Amino acid sequence: MKYKSQKIAYWFFALAMLLFALQLVYGFIMGFDRIGIQGLHDIIPFNVARAVHTNLLVVWLLTGFMGAAYYIIPEEAQRELISPKLAIVQLVSLAVVGVIAIVGFHFNHWEGRKFLEIPRELDFLVVVNVLLFLGLILGTLFTGKRKTTTALVLSMGLLFAALLYLPGMIWFDSQVMDSFFRWWVVHLWVEGVWELIMGGILSFLLIKLTGVDREVIEKWLYVIIGLTFLSGVLGTGHHYYYIGVNKIWLIVGGIFSALEPLAFLAMALFAINMYRKGEKSHPNKVALFWTIGSSIVSFIGAGILGFAHTLPQANLYTHGTLVTASHGHYAFWGAYAMIVLAMISYAMPNLTGRKRYMMKTGSAAFWLSNIGILGMTAAFGVAGIAQVYMERKMKMEFMTVQNEISIHFVILLLCAAMFTTGIIMFIYDFIKYGRPTDEALVDQKTKAPEFSSKEEVFELN
Amino acid sequence: MLSKSQARAFFLGGTVVTFSIFIGLTIYSFMPNKDQSNYTKLDKQVVRGKEIWETNNCMGCHTIMGEGGYYAPELTKVIDRRGEGYVKAVLTSPIPWAPNGRKMVAYNMNEKDAQAMIAYLKWVGNIDLNGFDRVVSPLAKANQ
Repeated sequence: MKYKSQKIAYWFFALAMLLFALQLVYGFIMGFDRIGIQGLHDIIPFNVARAVHTNLLVVWLLTGFMGAAYYIIPEEAQRELISPKLAIVQLVSLAVVGVIAIVGFHFNHWEGRKFLEIPRELDFLVVVNVLLFLGLILGTLFTGKRKTTTALVLSMGLLFAALLYLPGMIWFDSQVMDSFFRWWVVHLWVEGVWELIMGGILSFLLIKLTGVDREVIEKWLYVIIGLTFLSGVLGTGHHYYYIGVNKIWLIVGGIFSALEPLAFLAMALFAINMYRKGEKSHPNKVALFWTIGSSIVSFIGAGILGFAHTLPQANLYTHGTLVTASHGHYAFWGAYAMIVLAMISYAMPNLTGRKRYMMKTGSAAFWLSNIGILGMTAAFGVAGIAQVYMERKMKMEFMTVQNEISIHFVILLLCAAMFTTGIIMFIYDFIKYGRPTDEALVDQKTKAPEFSSKEEVFELN
Repeated sequence: MLSKSQARAFFLGGTVVTFSIFIGLTIYSFMPNKDQSNYTKLDKQVVRGKEIWETNNCMGCHTIMGEGGYYAPELTKVIDRRGEGYVKAVLTSPIPWAPNGRKMVAYNMNEKDAQAMIAYLKWVGNIDLNGFDRVVSPLAKANQ
């Protein structure tokens, strides 16, 4: 690492990994619920498990993004973080708010709005926390020696994410208006500003891992995030087809959401091309796996699987079924979870000074988790398609259909076990070898080149 | 070949234009003559029903207008489909309702709250959903 305050990132990554592990536990509770094993129903009914599962997803990803920002911004701005102590305060307060929210869900203390279950009084604490975070990041960026496009895009994504949280805090008497503005937060986050954050992190990683000229990478970053907003903002309309608003959204949402895969395709082609273009070879192959993998999996999960049911004619039948769960799992994994894991994989050797680049556990973690989640996506997808035909074509009762498709959840649980094994290996590596040390600080004047002229793979296992 | 400043102009221009259209369409969607939700029929009881819906996170299992947990039935037209009596029995049950073995939380609601929930579900059931209500099963049965 180049700046001592970059070590703060480690603690954010550690919190993110803890929350990720908890998210998986609640995912299993839901999976078992679906095959009729409801032993925990009285303590953790499905709606509690679901709220915890999805909110932990959002919070661990945001924590990961924050960790990434604390690592990237000092390096891009070429200065120490303006206040590492306040960053620690921000981390602790984030963890406290998160714990209160999660515990509260178990006592029916929530908003009961999908993805936005955190109660309103805690929303205000979230806002204060995020303002502190943004103050630290933007303060560092604008007092730094340079303001790079990568840092600006990352910061802009984080700023917009904070602003877009606000419409979710408004109370509406009408369920229609409630749903409408809930998507301002959820859709414009995941198919809008979070892609800016992903683009910023991806750009940083590609600059570091491929050695391609920053100007080239950042030019294409603009094109990609331009495509993201061009399609994604009006693409919000695909959530408005059947929630009681005007038919104009069938046309607008249909056209623009059909264009959304273009941004993800551009991102995948961009990452692969930059990798091919890079003449030098960075030894951190695991980080490269996660980085390129993220761009490809997000194209399949968010782009292709999203496109498969985004047109109004198809969505009329798939809306509100497990088809959405299939798309959601693979999209979140590819676009956001993998990019956070890529960032951790890149940062770990730099924070610790350990040149653990191509470990067997790291490689196994990548493949097990990716094959596992692919199986989960397929299981959800097959269950969803069967549900559509039985429920919406053959007019069978909901629970009759659920019993018919429960076998797919057995497959889902088996694949989830494989996925979890991969994640446990990743977290094991993180705990055992991830602690940062000041000895890893690189003296800028005597800094050794980051790249090797020929491929160097350090097999330490 | 595209320069970096042209790429930046593409991003900034595209963002401003699409956000402006989006805001415009949002205003258009909520103009009084475009209302598909019978907004004027929202009364205190319906609003109270929505509060109960949210406080209990019913969306964590059920779906409404196709949005929710995919774990329990769609409730958009549940009053048409099951009738008020059935819905009230489920809401006031002191033991977990468990159709086909899948348990629901026992809410043990009082009369007033159960009536508010029924009013809310009735209001939702009358929203024009651009054809979704005629396709989604078992809602479709109410429309056959």
